[in-house]
Amino acid sequence: MKFERIKSSAVLLPLDDVDTDQIIPARYLKTIKKDGLGKHLFADWRYSSEGDEHGDFALNQPSSKGASILIMGVNFGCGSSREHAAWALVDYGFRAVIAKSFADIFRTNALKNGLLPIAIDAETHAELVAMVAANPEAQLSVDLDDQQLVLPNGTTLTFPLDPFSKRILIEGANELDYILSFEDAISAYESEHD
Amino acid sequence: MSPRALFDKVWDAHVIAQEEGSPAILYIDLHLIHDVTSPQAFAGLRESGSKVRRPDKTVATMDHSTPTLPVTFELRDEMAWAQLDQLKANCEEFGVRLYAMDSDKRGIVHVIGPELGLTQPGLTVVCGDSHTSTHGAFGALAFGIGTSEVEHVLATQCLLQRKPKNFRVHVDGFMQPGVSSKDLILALIAKIGVNGGTGYALEYTGAAIRAMDMEQRMTVCNMSIEAGARTGMIAPDDTTFEYLSGREFAPKDDAWDAAVQKWRELVSDPEAEYDRSIDFDAANLEPMITFGTNPGMAIPITAPVPDPKENHSLIPTAALEKALAYMDVAPGKPLLGHKLDVVFLGSCANGRLSDLRQAAQFLKGRKIADNLRMLVVPGSQAVKHQAEAEGLDRIFIEAGAEWRQAGCSMCLAMNGDEVAAGEYVISTSNRNYEGRQGVGARSFLASPLTAAASAVEGVITDVRAYL
Ligand code: SF4
Repeated sequence: MKFERIKSSAVLLPLDDVDTDQIIPARYLKTIKKDGLGKHLFADWRYSSEGDEHGDFALNQPSSKGASILIMGVNFGCGSSREHAAWALVDYGFRAVIAKSFADIFRTNALKNGLLPIAIDAETHAELVAMVAANPEAQLSVDLDDQQLVLPNGTTLTFPLDPFSKRILIEGANELDYILSFEDAISAYESEHD
Repeated sequence: MSPRALFDKVWDAHVIAQEEGSPAILYIDLHLIHDVTSPQAFAGLRESGSKVRRPDKTVATMDHSTPTLPVTFELRDEMAWAQLDQLKANCEEFGVRLYAMDSDKRGIVHVIGPELGLTQPGLTVVCGDSHTSTHGAFGALAFGIGTSEVEHVLATQCLLQRKPKNFRVHVDGFMQPGVSSKDLILALIAKIGVNGGTGYALEYTGAAIRAMDMEQRMTVCNMSIEAGARTGMIAPDDTTFEYLSGREFAPKDDAWDAAVQKWRELVSDPEAEYDRSIDFDAANLEPMITFGTNPGMAIPITAPVPDPKENHSLIPTAALEKALAYMDVAPGKPLLGHKLDVVFLGSCANGRLSDLRQAAQFLKGRKIADNLRMLVVPGSQAVKHQAEAEGLDRIFIEAGAEWRQAGCSMCLAMNGDEVAAGEYVISTSNRNYEGRQGVGARSFLASPLTAAASAVEGVITDVRAYL
């Protein structure tokens, strides 16, 4: 999946240390497919035990419909390595997550599924949270080429992204092909060590 | 060559390529597979017409969604069953060795790897499971990976990985009676925070670590990920070699001697530098218990639950408030005497033989309180059989606990073993997230001894009162 420029409102859920068990609870991991998990995203926060939507949960706000950016807090995606978390976010329609920091495995999984993790400093994060809280329809934009995030008030900042991940996202390339391009080195390693 | 830490030695020995700006391509010696995180990876292979490059370095088991009671046809969970069937079909099609439901060698992936002697010093080990860090207890470099990476490793036996920084956790002093390696790791996570290890490979050193047996070391390494570290390692020593000697897949005879000689080099050079280092004194540790909704929310069992109004912990105040509300526990006083509904003894953190022995020794001649139920779930079928040979199952059953088949069970509650909404469970597992052990379930993480003592009292109990 190629990463296109995003212009969208954002869903505000700036909690810290949100683990992948919250993103997608274990009972939805019995699937053998990658798709269809969006409806279970944040299931236990989003629905009552009867399956009704909790009106006050961020994802259930009218302004959240169609948003492709999610705003979280510190250490987003900690815990289980389940890639289902990234699949669920993408299936729901998110293309980027803005947070103060990300857990390592989640970050890797996100990048492999065209979901852009954008880490921003605490001060900017607080400003962004205030802006979106004040106006849930406020538009943000993300430009991957320039690694730029434009906040609703027009502030533009550059976010970090390693060149490898950037290239994979922009070209929609497959990391497997990259590894396979080292076939000779892999074979040589094997014949030396087997 | 400049002095290197253990992590660097194993890392360097497995780098196939490292291009400027790109992650390293790391060769993987052992790939462990389980039911839940592999189906989409095999589907990917099928789609691209690839094979499993090294079925001989790939081993599969069924653990996450497996029932721990005999299942009747009417009661079986169709989706879980389909997933297990899929794993079986995948392993048959791609020639991967599988320890299926009927195998005596089946069990939680992080229990059977070491038990079978598959996990060895100096190997790179991966699994689509964050607790793969467990295998680092042998001086292996072990990473939890996502399903896309599982597919990469199946197809190429390689993993793309950025080199983490190095973090030494030095633990001196000896643990007091009633204190275990579970308490040590919970105390460490509380000290550095649930993301204190993010971006790092941990190495545990010091007299307290050396004094531990392999099962205790595995408990420590298992929970490295709960501090955010993808991997945690301990240099192998005689304790390691003794554990491995004679195991099914460990080298034999001359090959064994040669292996041990090589493994002895897997120690950090005295001058090795670390990006970060902390010292820890095990002698001051108390039994630990979690009060909140992540493993960093842990306190000594006699200490008060932190008060959000005067929060001096690493925990963000909003997260602390949310956790206390979810748990419905009062700040400002200890959890001792707090009510319980369920006790869970098991998981890849504390479901090994020594864990069961400790708990059984405590429960012998005692009964669990009437107000609760206790589930004992061995980490593997081999643990189960050995425990039965020692009569531990009788002790548990006579005490009033349930004795089950091996698996992950109530650690992640996707197999039907779950805690009801609003109920409290004291659990020897490694995660107390909201809903982890059942929708609305409230978890207290603790050691097997603390769990056993609390089972008898029916409330959260300091096991040291019995010693
Ligand atoms: S026992 Fe729990 S933590 Fe361990 S592998 Fe199973 S689900 Fe994961």
